[in-house]
Order: sequence, then C-alpha cells, then structure tokens
Amino acid sequence: MAALTKTRAFPAFVGIFALVAAITLIELLIRVGVINRFIVPLPSQIAMSFERVIVEEGIPERFWLTLREAFWATVLLTVFGVGIGVLLHRIRTLRLATETWVAAMASAPTVLMYPLFLVIFGRSANTIIMMGFVAGLAPVILKTVEGLAGTRRVLIDVGRSFKLTPWQLYWKILFPAALPSIFVGIKLGMIFALINIVGVEFLINFGGLGQLINELAERYDLAGTYAAICFVILVSVLFFMFTERVEQWLRPVN
Amino acid sequence: MPAATQLKRTDQGSVRIDPADAILVVDGITKRFTTPDGVLTAVDNVSLTVAPGEFLGVIGPSGCGKSTLFNVIGGLMDGYEGRVSVAGETVSGPHRSIGMVFQEESTFPWRSVIDNVAFPLEIAGLSKAERYDKARHFVDLVGLDGFERRYPAELSGGMRQRVSMARTLASEPKILLMDEPFAALDEQTRLLLGDKVLQIQQQLQQTTLIITHNITEAVQLSDRILVMTYRPGKVKRIVDIDLPRPRTSEIVSSEAFGRYVAQIWSDLREEASRGMRDDESRKLQAGEKP
Repeated sequence: MAALTKTRAFPAFVGIFALVAAITLIELLIRVGVINRFIVPLPSQIAMSFERVIVEEGIPERFWLTLREAFWATVLLTVFGVGIGVLLHRIRTLRLATETWVAAMASAPTVLMYPLFLVIFGRSANTIIMMGFVAGLAPVILKTVEGLAGTRRVLIDVGRSFKLTPWQLYWKILFPAALPSIFVGIKLGMIFALINIVGVEFLINFGGLGQLINELAERYDLAGTYAAICFVILVSVLFFMFTERVEQWLRPVN
Repeated sequence: MPAATQLKRTDQGSVRIDPADAILVVDGITKRFTTPDGVLTAVDNVSLTVAPGEFLGVIGPSGCGKSTLFNVIGGLMDGYEGRVSVAGETVSGPHRSIGMVFQEESTFPWRSVIDNVAFPLEIAGLSKAERYDKARHFVDLVGLDGFERRYPAELSGGMRQRVSMARTLASEPKILLMDEPFAALDEQTRLLLGDKVLQIQQQLQQTTLIITHNITEAVQLSDRILVMTYRPGKVKRIVDIDLPRPRTSEIVSSEAFGRYVAQIWSDLREEASRGMRDDESRKLQAGEKP
C-alpha cells in the first residue's frame, strides 16, 4: 500500500476516484429525493445528454469560439497585466498611487459594464474578449508586482556583484524569481476572464458556450444545460494544463 | 606554491605588507546609517591592506559591522567615507575583480547546478559550449561532479553553498569576498567545507577575505585575522596566524591552534559581552523577550 501511494499516478487516481464518488453520491441523493431532480438533473442523465448536445447543438463550433475568446483574453491580460505590473514595480510612486485602485478593480462587477463595451466594440467576439481581458487584468498586475517585489534581496545582490545591467537584472533574476507568482496571477486572471466570457456570451446572446447555456436553460433542458457547463469546465481545464506546461518550460523547478 | 609563502613576515613572524604590493587597500572606511533612534555608526575608520594570495579573516561579534564592511568592499553599498581600491583602482561600485559569496543561500532555484555556475560566463557573453566547459571545471573544483543537472532544491545546504562558491569562482575574480558562507551549516560540514576552501584557495592562489563570527573557522583558514570591536565596528587588533600550510581541518587539534583560538577569544570576549548586553537592553526597551 505504501509503495502504491508513492507512485506518480496515485494522486491522479485519488482525484478521479473522489470525482466518481461525488457524482455517485449526487446520483443517490437525487434518486432518494434529498435533492430535487427538477432543479438538479441526474448525473446519468447529463452523461446521456452529451451526445445529443454535441450533435444537435453544435458544440464543436461553440466550444472552439469560447476557447478562442478565452485564449485571446488570456494573451491580452498576460501581455498587459505583466507589462503594467513591471511598470508599477519600477515606478514606486505610480505603484503607491494606483495599487489600491487596481486591487479595488479586482472585486468590481465589470460584467455589468457590458452595454458600454457593446457600444465601443459592437456585438462581436471583440466585446467578449475585451470584457474577459478587463475582468482578469487586476490579479495579473497585482501578482506580478508581488512576485517582483518579493524577490530575495540576496539574489539581486548576486546580480549586482556580477555587474548586471538593469535589463539583465530584470530578465535574468527578477523575472524568473517572480514567475511562480506571475503564473498564479495569470491563472486567477484566466478564471475571472472565463467567467466573464461565458457570462457575456450568455447576456448578449452571442455565440459560444454561454449562449448555448442560455438557450438550453430557457428550454428547461436541465441535463443539456449541465452538459454544456461541463464543456466550460473543459475549457478551463485545458487552459490550466496549457499554462502549467508554459510555466514548467520557463521555470522547470519551483 | 601555497598562498602563505607569498606573504612577507618579519623576524617575529608577523605579516608585513607594503601598500604598493597590496591587491586590496581599505582606507579609513566609515559608514553611518540613519535610524529612528538617530545616526548609527556601523563601521568606524577601518583600514586594512591585503596582499595578493593572502587569506584574511575578519571576525567580530554580531552587529559589529562585518557585513557592512563586506558590502562596502564589494561595491554594493555607497554613502560611506574613506576609500577602497583594488590594485590601485578605486572601487565605486561592483568591481570585476571582486567576487562575492553571500551568507544567505543565493543559488538561483530555477537554474540547474551547471547553469548556476555558468551564470557569470553567460553574462560575459561566452558561447554555450565554452561556458559549460568552463563551468564544469569549477563544479569539479568544489566537488560537485555528478550533480551538474540537479537543481538547488535537490541539494543539501552545504552543497548549495558550494554551488554559490563555484559560481563566484567562475567569474575568475582576483579577490574573493565571503560573508559567513558557512553560518547556516552544522559544525562538521563547516570544518569539511573549510578544508575545501583551503584546497581551492591553495590551488587558485586566490586572495580571500572571509567574514565570520566563528573563531575556529577563522584560525583554520586565515593568514591574518582582523578582530573588530562591537558597535561602532573598529579594528581592535590584527592577529598573524603563523600556522603551516597547506592546512586541513586536522590542524584544529594542534596546540598552536588552541593558543590562537584562546588569544582571539580573549580579544573578542569583552566585545561579545558588550554586544550581548546591548542587544538584551534593546529588546527590553522594545518590550521583547531578551
């Protein structure tokens, strides 16, 4: 048993087992009537509705659209979030002047600003991407500043003792030292972005998985709605796996 | 040729250094800090000369300004009075001839052992093949061959400190500054690493300054030991260590070694007591537990 727990596959096995156990428990609770089946459909019904949703509701196109929107929002919030974070770290006065505002922005319900974005970008994927980008920006900025400011003094002194230029100091020491924190920010930003992307798709009824969830909910197709939500989760999982790979490539050992 | 043989000694055995021959001259360094309690003089009028190939120990109680002196000599600190020069050239910032090994663990955790050691060579613009070739030599020198692809997180504290040392040596500095490099290590590892440092120093003929508060370590390694007073840090005495070289950690059991340790402790005792009293009263005033 001890040898089994030390294998690399064991944590994944525990995770899958826990998921299957939770699904089975929900199925049982619904079947015995503890959970109302008119509010939460049976997991077995959801599983059986996957084929119907994929074939009849055009899941591949919608999945691809939401995935693309999430991808571009993530690219934008990585480029701008890390860039602004570096700027705030370098210019102390600017950081002190704006950090509280940036933190406040993280908790603001930016999704309610969608009419403004509709006016600016029109009823298009651009509006959705920009909404995702704005929603996910604050954590990336804050965690970038935190990571850079948290670099151990001695590592900076090592760089200075080797006469590194300010650019080399940033690129060779501060940035790699801050990477774990930056990636936490990107992952958080991605979560916020994805929630907003699906939310705005839902609100403006423009393509993607959000619109499908809206349509299926209005038809009171609960099993189909939950199956569509599973695809949103899949988008999130794919993005997490992708960012983890990028992080591992940039910094093999944390 | 062992480094110590380069040092000129008087008939009484004490080291004599002609300033013209010195590789490092520290002239009247005074460093003050502004604190909430007023101006604190950390280092007060410290002067010393170091000969090429010499191993100089700097010892003093905690808070005597040893690390401040280290940072001033290494060019990491400005706003001081006095002058530091390397081979006649005034130091006004980090200097290519000075390599620093820090007290704190300072390896880059995202780089493997070989990439850590190759870091200064990468900055110098050497090709990958050249820098790896050179870095491998220094990895071997500190006895870490076979660990090139490991990351610092996979190494012990002593091994990580050897990586830091190899990284500094790879930049081929004329003067190696070490600030309590073994402070975080246990006594046995400390003695063994002391052997390693002696072996490397004798091989490379490296001028070395080691800052420490460990008397045994200072006597084991040094040709001379500069004893500092407690705050403000001044030169109390310079002790010549006339022990034969090459040395190993076995020297710690010799009678002469014991005499040097006793002599330095008698110099340090009063300073260390003053430091302890000062620290306790400061903690009492701050409402902390002494």
